[in-house]
Amino acid sequence: MCFRKPSILSYAAVVGKAENDGPFGGEFDEVVEDNKAGADTWEQAEALFQRRAVGHVLRKSGLKPDRIDVVIAGDLLNQCVGSSYGLKDYFMPYLGIYGACSTFAEGLLLSAALVNAGYMDTAIASTSSHFSTAERQFRFPLNYGGVRTPTSQWTATAAGAALIGSSGKPPFIRAATIGEIEDMGICDLNNTGAAMAGAAYDTLMRHMKHRGTHPQDYDVIITGDLGQVGSDLLYDLFQRDGVDMKSHHKDCGLMLYDRTMQDVHAGGSGCGCSAAMMCGHFLKRVESGELKRILYCATGALMSPTMVQQGGSIPGIAHCVEISSEAGG
Amino acid sequence: MNISNEEYGELTKKRSHNSKLYKTVPMAFLIGGLICTIGEALLNIYTMAGLSKDASAMLTSMTLVFLSILFTGLEWYDRIAQHAGAGTLVPITGFANAVASPALDFKSEGYVLGLGAKMFVIAGPVIVYGISASVVYGIIYYIVGLFMK
Repeated sequence: MCFRKPSILSYAAVVGKAENDGPFGGEFDEVVEDNKAGADTWEQAEALFQRRAVGHVLRKSGLKPDRIDVVIAGDLLNQCVGSSYGLKDYFMPYLGIYGACSTFAEGLLLSAALVNAGYMDTAIASTSSHFSTAERQFRFPLNYGGVRTPTSQWTATAAGAALIGSSGKPPFIRAATIGEIEDMGICDLNNTGAAMAGAAYDTLMRHMKHRGTHPQDYDVIITGDLGQVGSDLLYDLFQRDGVDMKSHHKDCGLMLYDRTMQDVHAGGSGCGCSAAMMCGHFLKRVESGELKRILYCATGALMSPTMVQQGGSIPGIAHCVEISSEAGG
Repeated sequence: MNISNEEYGELTKKRSHNSKLYKTVPMAFLIGGLICTIGEALLNIYTMAGLSKDASAMLTSMTLVFLSILFTGLEWYDRIAQHAGAGTLVPITGFANAVASPALDFKSEGYVLGLGAKMFVIAGPVIVYGISASVVYGIIYYIVGLFMK
């Protein structure tokens, strides 16, 4: 899909303390020091993170909620409660989506398509994740003393949101590619990087083929949360085609935390991981022109503990959004 | 995709590093050993206080279980476990942690459907198969005993 009109009017990231202690601390709009954010439960806390992120986006754009045509949001929790409970008090038209950790790119591309087609003037893409809610739902209780394997990733406690419209100012969303579900046969809940790398490779390949571009045409190619294992596998897959991806690539999962000091194993993950890195770090640099053209490929492991317990593997998905400081399709 | 799942599986195996055994095994030995030493010390203290052997053994287990649950509640147990690995998992303290941690975690869903229902989500299988195995062992023991008389 190529777009002419859509641009990102405002964006914001809200992160927890550990995320702000990482290498990009200080770049986020708000840091919630208490991971429970004063709420009674972790799920309510995650909803609060998302509410705050959208609140910052509205404040920065100067628009009231009634001027927003749609908010497209999702998260990792069952029934996407982080989004629905977080956004219910804004009374904005709402579409819930699920793409695991690829949700932010999915929201961005849907918002851009709706704005580009003229159906909407303003659309917000929003997402969140929380370490504690994800652990409870997908793995073990928080205080359980089981040890995580080195390939496992740390779900980011973070939320990110972006308002898409057509202001004529950068950052512009110029193109997007919707990912296909790729099942690489990975069955290990603690190796989601490996489950997603195939999908990232496929979507990036298709996007660049469609656009007639190569990795070197982009200032940076950003993947969502492949972590160390997934990033290495992505390089391997491109290497087989004789393409050097490593020197053009950055992974939000490897950026958000300081892996030498913070015990996050193979890196960060969760919808909020790449959303926070995009809204806190990258979009600013595209807006200022420091980065001219970037490719954001958010990756999701469509994993269900039930399916894995039944012997199933973990399908992966990746959606790609091309963002530029210059307008044009 | 231009790669088969088998081929991809091989690549994944190559890129997925295992735990560093030279680091994890000594840590498990040290901290697991420390917990057992504390148990041994408790046993001696209780025996010296004049308690019978059975009562001392029972009190030792109870004290270790209590300490494990206390440490779980204080959010210390999982932090120690990150370094200790099987050292904190294998002793009786690990079992106590496996029961206390879901109880704490699922309290937010209420005392019946949360805490009560989910308390044994990790320890449940151990209890089910532990008891089943002991029943099977008991039957074998009984039958063998009939012939041994």
